Amino acid sequence: MTVQNPPAVKTSPVSRYGLLWTLARFREAGISIFILILVVAVTLRAPSFLTVDNFSDILLNISILAIVALAQTMVILSHGIDLSVSSMIGLVAMIVAFVVKQNPEMPVLLAVLLGMALGSVLGTFNGLIITFGKVPPIIATLGTLSIYRGLVFYYSQGTWINSFELPTSFKLLSKGTPLGLPNMVIIAIVVAVIVYYFLNYTRTGRDIYAVGSNPDAAQFSGIRQQRITFLVYLISGLLCGLAAVLWASRFESAQTNTALGFELQSVAASVVGGVSISGGVGTVPGVLLGALLLGIIQNSLTLIRISPFWQLAAQGLLILIAVISDKWILSRVERTKQ
Amino acid sequence: MSEHILDLKNISKSFSGVEVLHEVSFGLRPGEVHALLGENGAGKSTLVKVITGVHQPDKGEIHLNDAPVHFSDARESRRAGIAAIYQELTLFPDLDVAENIFVGRQPLTFGGRVDWRKLYAEAGKLLNSLGVKLDLKQKARTLSIAEQQMVEIARAFSINARILIMDEPTSSLTLNEVADLFRLVRRLRADGTAIIFISHRLEELFELADRVTVLRDGSYVGTRLMKDITRDDLIRMMVGRTITNLFPKQDVRAGDVVLRVEHLTRAGSFHDVNFDLRRGEILGLAGLVGAGRTNVARAIFGVEPATGGRIQVEGREVAITSPQQAIELGLAYVPEDRQLHGLIPSMPITPNISLPILHQYARIGWLQDKSERKSAYDAARQMEVRANNIWQLARELSGGNQQKVVLAKWLSTNPRILILDEPTRGIDVGTKAAVHGLMSKLAAEGMAILMISSELPEILGMSDRVIVMREGLVTGEFSRAEATQEKIISAATQNVTIGSAQ
Repeated sequence: MTVQNPPAVKTSPVSRYGLLWTLARFREAGISIFILILVVAVTLRAPSFLTVDNFSDILLNISILAIVALAQTMVILSHGIDLSVSSMIGLVAMIVAFVVKQNPEMPVLLAVLLGMALGSVLGTFNGLIITFGKVPPIIATLGTLSIYRGLVFYYSQGTWINSFELPTSFKLLSKGTPLGLPNMVIIAIVVAVIVYYFLNYTRTGRDIYAVGSNPDAAQFSGIRQQRITFLVYLISGLLCGLAAVLWASRFESAQTNTALGFELQSVAASVVGGVSISGGVGTVPGVLLGALLLGIIQNSLTLIRISPFWQLAAQGLLILIAVISDKWILSRVERTKQ
Repeated sequence: MSEHILDLKNISKSFSGVEVLHEVSFGLRPGEVHALLGENGAGKSTLVKVITGVHQPDKGEIHLNDAPVHFSDARESRRAGIAAIYQELTLFPDLDVAENIFVGRQPLTFGGRVDWRKLYAEAGKLLNSLGVKLDLKQKARTLSIAEQQMVEIARAFSINARILIMDEPTSSLTLNEVADLFRLVRRLRADGTAIIFISHRLEELFELADRVTVLRDGSYVGTRLMKDITRDDLIRMMVGRTITNLFPKQDVRAGDVVLRVEHLTRAGSFHDVNFDLRRGEILGLAGLVGAGRTNVARAIFGVEPATGGRIQVEGREVAITSPQQAIELGLAYVPEDRQLHGLIPSMPITPNISLPILHQYARIGWLQDKSERKSAYDAARQMEVRANNIWQLARELSGGNQQKVVLAKWLSTNPRILILDEPTRGIDVGTKAAVHGLMSKLAAEGMAILMISSELPEILGMSDRVIVMREGLVTGEFSRAEATQEKIISAATQNVTIGSAQ
């Protein structure tokens, strides 16, 4: 099968199939097509879906998910997984909100930096358990998922921080629109650009793909695998810290159950966006589309008045259909290429 | 000043209490090809990994240019100019050809970002200079083994290594590719590169190497000039005894036809393949890598079913569409790539052997542990698998022993038709003789064997009949008496005039 065709025989699909197939060759083709179909279908049922207002609403809703999904993606690319993201967000959101409440005059930027610093500490802890403690990532982060959530309860003693306790400047951090778009959307875009550059144009970024693609070979190639592994959990913590501050600002509160279950959403966005759960494969545009798809599904289910009792199940069903159709389209494209 | 660029002095290394290397010394001169020879498990691969810093020696010293060095990982040894091409290929399946060559040291722009344009340009230049034609943007996952190896070699050449270690580089290359490789090696040697060359094909070593160092059971046996030593002496040094017959083929009267293949075709792989296989017969399937031999085997075994033609098993016409069906019909297939298709590396020996016959040990769905263990033990002992115990993980075994486990696994199904794909690729002389002995014995007991092999001595030594394939077509058929090296090579490389495979 692999031995048969020498590469010289390959002709370029571009010349053979034209523009459409050139587009279809992109890894993101499947999910893009699915999103288009979904948009058309929902718009037919509920015309208010395809409006600027509704779409900026969707963008606002998925900004945090996009940031966390990008963090999750880097971890998955390296052949790991970070289940503790939701608890890191919960813990950092609680601490930052508390500090801001005590110091209302504090510059907002300082709160952001504080959140990222705290997140880095939590991520460092994950990384140490996995690299030095030699604990498989899924177990290690399952443990810290509980530990960090437990610390939220301990730190807050079960109380909430409410909207009236937070200064306006902090609340505007996420929702203000000095640049036309809400700050939060801009922050997510900036993060995406940085991650894209990092993964595609730095050696460290390429090392993440290499480690995830073949961990043994990475060792022989002189890549410091442990360092890469540690780094992705550190970055994951850092981005979750950023997401936590945005979360507290957007929902104007910090609760003990902040971001509960978000780890699964972040994994879903990555995988729907074409990230291989076994590492080594995945792109930033794909993950952004994955987050967008999840946002559109959530938004549209309400718009087309699916009963709230059904929404969660419908959400899961649509995610599965998306992944399956993506696989199907991809295999068709592969076959055409041969 | 010693004449050596690299000197290993009394290196010892143990893994979990088992001494794999014992006081091994080894000297390498610049501008020589130094063969490292020994049976599987003799410690060659471990020695290589000690040199490259993947493992650290427990005892002993490594001197590079007369200065003691200590490598704590592969990165450090590479910086010192030591490159290695390992036996298990170490490519990144999800990265493309060009990036695989430069992984970990991609060219950077002035600003410190990866310079993709330069990376592709340099990779292209490098492959050109090696005379290798590959699509730079093809993912390594989709390359053939031979192609992957070329990428590995390009990667090693790209760091301008002064010491190049090649662990079985030729085991999956075609004759032409081997010739190309040797040309390159000789060029590097002329430039002063020191080359450590590991191969089980003694003919190759006599052709290429200047000196040879032999290891046995982790100990140093000796170093000789290649021109001063005979083949028999080398084998004696390796195994500590004389192997009288590498191809112990018994004469067997072939019986009834058990497998008949007529006009078998799979679009894009092979076309109009016809042959009969009889009881007690070993049918050799020769040809170059990529000639479609493996595809024929896979089609017969139902992995990639044929798109045309007929298969008869014991006179009955069958349509084999899955391996399960093939197993039920009495077929067994020992694949070419043991790691990928033949073994589950993370499982112990026992379940690996009993995998195809698990249902025999299951009573109402429950596994009968005791009988499974017993039959696995018997099969492993019959094959003389060298392991600590039958619960040792398959991936911890040496290549030759892995091959024995794969054979034991398929023999436990009691097949009537056995398909062997490169049965002795990459295994040592001693194990090779054992595998050949077993094949001969099985055939004498009435088993029909289809043997795919790229090694001509094996084809000539073991086959009752030989068919040769080229580019998906059968281009020759010879009886044992007719078959010669020249005839087979000519059939394997002739220009096909009867029409081409699609």
